Amino acid sequence: MSIAITTQFICFTVLSLVVIIGALGVVLLESIVYSAFLLGGVFMSVAGLYLLLNASFVAAAQVLVYVGAVNVLIIFAIMLVNKKEDLKPINDIKSRRVISTSICLTLLSLLIRVDLTNVWSLSSPQNSIGEESTIRIGEHLFSDYLLPFEVASVLLLMAMIGAIVLARRDVMSEDISTGLPVDQELIEKSSEPLLTNKN
Amino acid sequence: MEYGLDLEYSFNEFLKGFGLSSEIAHIIWLPLPMLLVLVAAVVGVLVTVWLERKISAAAQQRIGPEYAGALGVLQPIADGLKLLVKEDIIPAKADGILFTAGPILVLVPVILSWLIVPFGQNLLISNVGIGIFLWIALSSIQPIGLLMSGYASNNKYSLLGGLRAAAQSISYEIPLALSVLAIVLMTNSLSTVDIVNQQSGAGILSWNIWRQPVGFIVFWICALAECERLPFDLPEAEEELVAGYQTEYAGMKFALFYLGSYINLILSALLVSILYLGGWGFPIPVELIAKFLNLPINAPFIQVFTASIGIVMTVLKAYLLVFIAILLRWTTPRVRIDQLLDLGWKFLLPISLANLLITAGLKLAFPQFFGG
Repeated sequence: MSIAITTQFICFTVLSLVVIIGALGVVLLESIVYSAFLLGGVFMSVAGLYLLLNASFVAAAQVLVYVGAVNVLIIFAIMLVNKKEDLKPINDIKSRRVISTSICLTLLSLLIRVDLTNVWSLSSPQNSIGEESTIRIGEHLFSDYLLPFEVASVLLLMAMIGAIVLARRDVMSEDISTGLPVDQELIEKSSEPLLTNKN
Repeated sequence: MEYGLDLEYSFNEFLKGFGLSSEIAHIIWLPLPMLLVLVAAVVGVLVTVWLERKISAAAQQRIGPEYAGALGVLQPIADGLKLLVKEDIIPAKADGILFTAGPILVLVPVILSWLIVPFGQNLLISNVGIGIFLWIALSSIQPIGLLMSGYASNNKYSLLGGLRAAAQSISYEIPLALSVLAIVLMTNSLSTVDIVNQQSGAGILSWNIWRQPVGFIVFWICALAECERLPFDLPEAEEELVAGYQTEYAGMKFALFYLGSYINLILSALLVSILYLGGWGFPIPVELIAKFLNLPINAPFIQVFTASIGIVMTVLKAYLLVFIAILLRWTTPRVRIDQLLDLGWKFLLPISLANLLITAGLKLAFPQFFGG
């Protein structure tokens, strides 16, 4: 076995182990902060797997979007509302766990089926484009994948408008969940200029 | 365009001369650039710390470090040694694992980004195709380390500092990426080597700063904000937050933050010089000088000369920018957090978007000047 292939194998093993153990940790750990940081680790290792597959642009995009934006925002949100409170015990926790386990197992079997039925071997390994993939991705985004690309941006716009409506409480006169009139007081005091004229 | 020194190739050929296989030669080669980057980064930090002390002293009409070596040049080494032998303290109620991992997560992406800094045609660690995009992606990891250390310190000032750092870094990354995108649009490539080559046509006249003046200013402001330098050092504003996310840190862990911020400053200065100031290019093209002196461009003497000029020019431009950053730090007041976010979202973001649009339009209208 040549050195390059050995290195590739070791990297693949380590990255897969980190992905699997990290993902288990995200689900099973009690502390939500640890879960969020582990999620970042999982995203990073997935980027590493992309690198191993010679898709450096996808790897960098994965780091930028998932680690740099999504995960930072998750951690940010957790830390802004980090209250130390015990969660209420749920009565039918067992039946819920059974349902979620069965759903997860169904999804897993679907993935395994895809893995077994799909033909993974490339017809000609010489066709791998490597560094040129950035250009190809750009071409595809602006030709045959234009509609999904634009629809995704509309989806993000909708999420943004929703966030603004939720954050600016003076837009709505009553609370969505309780129906009571909303407390219109701003969280911070109304800002007065610091240097007022003292005449 | 393949001229200039290729050290890796020569080194491998040299080792093969001893009868080693090319794979073994490659493995012996691999640690050398890594070591070189670490040494270059640390030496750069030492120089910058000395400059910071001396320039701040001059700005405040003091003398600054004087006794450690001539003009106090050994002062940064003394600082470093002090931090190295200090006791490593983890506060009793802090979260030990995250407390240790935070500084590492801050430092590693910064050092990794040195991968793409070119000092000459082949004088860089790796000419990866995604080039400058790698730096943007890596620099987005840093806020996680800051949030981590802010949270793990179990101190409200640290947490506030970490949150501020993340908010600042997220909001200034967007104009930064947009102004880089305008350059990429003109170059038709993400590779830093291509970006420099595209500016090398007519010496100082073809540098990107003349074609992207707005992008240059936006990039420089954002780079300063990303480095958390004054006027944007809100995450560690000492009057409000003690020292922000670094409050609980001591010894080598504190030194990692310190190193990280200075390496980041040098890296930003290097990238500004690569993106806007012609990188390793001499103000007068070296080919013209060679032609004037009637020397062939591929002569070994000229190649070594070009390579050394390239390194000197890159470092010179970068340290000029570092000088401006230090001068800014000691002469400007700090902005408030609302002013900071206003500047980022309401001013820099629209301006950089407009800059991108105008660049695209100009590229269509004048393809010979704006990268055909």
